[in-house]
Amino acid sequence: MSRKFLSGNEAFAEGLRLARPEVISAYPITPQTIVVERLSEMVEDGSLKAEYVHVESEHSALSCAIGASAAGARAFTATSSQGLLYMAECLYYAAGGRFPIVMMNADRSTALPWNIYGDQRDSLSQLDSGWIQAYAENAQEALDFALMSYKIAEDKRVQTPYMANLDGFVLTHTYETVDIPTREQADKFLPPYETDNRIDFENPKNMAFSAGPDTNYIFKYKEHNGLLAAAEVVNEVEADFAKIFGRQYTGLTENYLTDDADYIIVTLGSIAGLCRETADKLRSQGVKAGVVRIRYVRPFPNREIADVLRNAKAYAVLEKDISFGNEGTVFTNVNSALKKAGVDVPGYNFIGGLGGRNISPADIENIYNDIANGTESINFIGIGGEDNGE
Amino acid sequence: MRPYIREKKDFGFADIPENTSFEAGYLTTVNSGWRSIRPVIDTSKCVGCEQCYLYCPDGVISINDGKAVIDYDFCKGCGICAKICRIKAIEMEAERK
Repeated sequence: MSRKFLSGNEAFAEGLRLARPEVISAYPITPQTIVVERLSEMVEDGSLKAEYVHVESEHSALSCAIGASAAGARAFTATSSQGLLYMAECLYYAAGGRFPIVMMNADRSTALPWNIYGDQRDSLSQLDSGWIQAYAENAQEALDFALMSYKIAEDKRVQTPYMANLDGFVLTHTYETVDIPTREQADKFLPPYETDNRIDFENPKNMAFSAGPDTNYIFKYKEHNGLLAAAEVVNEVEADFAKIFGRQYTGLTENYLTDDADYIIVTLGSIAGLCRETADKLRSQGVKAGVVRIRYVRPFPNREIADVLRNAKAYAVLEKDISFGNEGTVFTNVNSALKKAGVDVPGYNFIGGLGGRNISPADIENIYNDIANGTESINFIGIGGEDNGE
Repeated sequence: MRPYIREKKDFGFADIPENTSFEAGYLTTVNSGWRSIRPVIDTSKCVGCEQCYLYCPDGVISINDGKAVIDYDFCKGCGICAKICRIKAIEMEAERK
């Protein structure tokens, strides 16, 4: 193991080098560009033996990865924002074809108004595409996602593509000290990709075919079950990971001071650290504050969310997303989890960080105060304020 | 030529593959419903040169006893075989339904 000072993008690239993808296709887009630049350097210097394919668009980038996966290769691509939206058609092909491609998405705002900064509207708009969706909090977790992603995606019970999301700039461009495992450790953890879902001249197959009304629904049901199975596989893979690398992750969610918490913020991505700091501060003032960080939005942690919020007095869902005309999509998902489990706790939605607007410590503290006292169902952080998040 | 595999199979839940790949050449349903004209081979003219077999975009032409044979379960009626046939052994005729 070595330690390096890396940005989120660079940490992900280091993790990917250890995961040995055989085909990399990507089209650069801010704030994803650095991850594919680093990967191209690794291919150039021979430390990563992969076909690095220059494509003309994001639609082609994912199409190329699908073709590579259909040839039996471990495939990688990366994108962000408008690029992810341009890939949208292919997202469904990859998931329906059960090709365990890994993609890094740098979470970024979507136009218009044009904006290159971070929010989660790009990836959350694609929750229904059939991909596993993970959200990293820091550069170390980004590296570890890169290593764990293939093991989860390629599991025979799962066979589902994997999208690792890193908050644009806040995570992709922020430097942290990161542990980098050795090649020996990584190879022990992650075996080469083997599959029957591939072109094979000895045993010819129809690939990526049609299925009419008589069987189509069965394929969709199996696709759904594959994604659901990822929940258990995430736990197994994280247990294996801990044995080899010494870092234990916590499955689909990560709880902080929630055991006796009255007021809980449910959130995802890099903002969770500030939420935990704020919870610490409020705890010192006698407020029982807690934080739930959703690490995987697909498969959705229905049981985990219901269990952790069951005894709270109120919860907030803080997300960098709005489904226009309704509410934040994560809020919808959390509420559904509680309804299904018969949990009736007042919940409030806080939409923050759109287009990269800063979410300040005071904003987080206000969330805890607001849910303790009751507030509007949907709240846009900063609207009505005067500081523009500076 | 690879033999056709066309016997009807009954699919249960467990027989449906986990992913969208399955043995080559297995087609679950006939697929020619939108054909408005069909190629008809004049076997007295056909010399079995295999040009139509090579050009057919749907792979529905085979050669049997030195003569071209069309599988109408899958022929879409595009007419490429009739165009490519130098000895004019293939005529496109309107479908009568």
